[in-house]
Amino acid sequence: MPEMIDQIFVLLKQWIMGYVPSGLQPLCSAILSVLPILVVFPLLFAITTVLERKGLGRMQNRYGPNRAGPWGILQPAADGIKSLTKEDIVPRSADHLVHLLAPILIVIASFLVYSVVPVGRNMVVVDLNAGVLFFFAIGSMVELAVFMAGWSSRSKYSLLGAMRAIAQMISYEMPMVLSGVVAIMAAGSLSTVTIVNMQAGYTGIWPHWYLFTPWGITGYILFMIAATAESNRCPFDMPEGESEIIAGYFIEYSGFKFALFFVAEYLGMMASSAMAITLFLGGWAAPFSFLTWIPSWFWFFAKLILMLMVFIWIRGTLPRLRMDQLMNFGWKFMLPLSLINIVSAGLWHYLPSGFTRWSVISLLLLLSCFLLSRNLRRNKWFQERTYRFAS
Amino acid sequence: MLGDGIIKGLAETARNFFGSYVDKERLTTVQYPEERLPQIEGTRDFPFLVYDGDDWEKGLRCVSCHICEKECPPKCIFIEKSKDKKPDAVGKLQFYPVRFDIDVSVCMSCQICVEVCPFDAIKMDVEFELSSDDRFGGLLHHKDKLAKSNEYYHKIHPTEAAAVDAALAEEREKEKEKQKQAALAAAAAAAAKAAAAPASAPAAHVPVPAPGTNTDTSAKEETK
Repeated sequence: MPEMIDQIFVLLKQWIMGYVPSGLQPLCSAILSVLPILVVFPLLFAITTVLERKGLGRMQNRYGPNRAGPWGILQPAADGIKSLTKEDIVPRSADHLVHLLAPILIVIASFLVYSVVPVGRNMVVVDLNAGVLFFFAIGSMVELAVFMAGWSSRSKYSLLGAMRAIAQMISYEMPMVLSGVVAIMAAGSLSTVTIVNMQAGYTGIWPHWYLFTPWGITGYILFMIAATAESNRCPFDMPEGESEIIAGYFIEYSGFKFALFFVAEYLGMMASSAMAITLFLGGWAAPFSFLTWIPSWFWFFAKLILMLMVFIWIRGTLPRLRMDQLMNFGWKFMLPLSLINIVSAGLWHYLPSGFTRWSVISLLLLLSCFLLSRNLRRNKWFQERTYRFAS
Repeated sequence: MLGDGIIKGLAETARNFFGSYVDKERLTTVQYPEERLPQIEGTRDFPFLVYDGDDWEKGLRCVSCHICEKECPPKCIFIEKSKDKKPDAVGKLQFYPVRFDIDVSVCMSCQICVEVCPFDAIKMDVEFELSSDDRFGGLLHHKDKLAKSNEYYHKIHPTEAAAVDAALAEEREKEKEKQKQAALAAAAAAAAKAAAAPASAPAAHVPVPAPGTNTDTSAKEETK
């Protein structure tokens, strides 16, 4: 019985496919695989927005939205109706075609990456044997869309926002990919399904997640920091920076195009979380061996929501970074540390398993983290500001 | 160590998050339409017209003197003076406003009209929910909407209203005294006249005014 509940969506698809004539089967199979993603993740986006607003409110000692529906749960519907009924304004001097294409491209890119994410046992749209590579390649399309939006709007604010976004996203793309490499090294495969299957075993009750190794936890933290920067969220939200450049690259968008950017931001965040889960948190695998009777897709979404909560928590805590801080952190801390992490993952493979392996690799990573962070701190070439005309 | 400040901050927000579910003191938000803060006595926003007694049309203290209209900095008051006269709060015959309009969309709540009014007829209200779906008519308040009873004034600004009432009572007392004096004087004059021209004319055609009532002669004398 648990087997059947675990595979219920796969069985459902097979049952429907039984009624489809053979000529239509490839098309129908594709639609049946893609449709749930197009439904579930936007729904999760809607839930996330209201959870985020309520959670942030509680962190700031206030109620969140509580007017639309009981406890404000209909807030996303109200927001959706509002953005649909708003006027769609395009600046006169904007590049109309590019201005129109940018939000479409960013949403397409955000949805495409879900095709390689295994959301449960046997539940993946395509099992590409270069799945992780596909994920990062499509993830970079977001940068193109962001720059299209910033450039085509023909506004100084949007251009500034786009420049910031490009600088930030390219800087953090590198540590993101490099910190993901350790999981690929350990699994020996670029396929996301294989990576998850490698982590689905247990020793006693403990799972074989890559998180429970020194290089795994380092890689995971680096990946999450880079993912935060990739999805332009606090504390890396300079491309949007409301207080400085209003809304950054999508300042000239209104109505539903604006909503599309908003959707894409959250979809990107969820995609990064899904990839972090796949690479380090064992994908759909249960956290303990005695919990495997709970369906795999439940575990995937439980982990995903947990990750989103961490994102919200971080957003409620940290202030925005400065551009030089961001660049210093990206290039002088994240990048070297992720390279050292790759080396230590390699060493881990060749060292004999046991306590020595653990202590040597942990020491190596802790020492390099300490030295790199000291280096970050020492570089304070800014002097105390003096104001000539203020007493 | 890198990141210890971040962990401290995360702990603080987590404490706030869970604390807001446990400790009601943390949530300082007043959910306005359902919950309201008690108004302090000094609250004041838009002017209203005070009336005495039960009938607002008869009891209005305003005598249509146009002082507030002239003093109003944004010129939001419009007054139309009456042709006839009615007895006012103190009992003198006075003009009264046929129209008294205040445009609350123009009013800047400066209270100058209240300060200049010599009749204590215009006072500051505490009613602030004046929004309307009619942009022009809804925000232009006429006499009927502006007139509010003295009891209401006592309710919203008790100390101030008590002071005003005391002053008014004193004035009424003075007015009565004056009228009494005037009546006595008139009676004395009549008596003297009667004494100067005895028997030639009957005294009946010079009426002796009863003390305390408003006669035409005394009222005219006062208004001059």
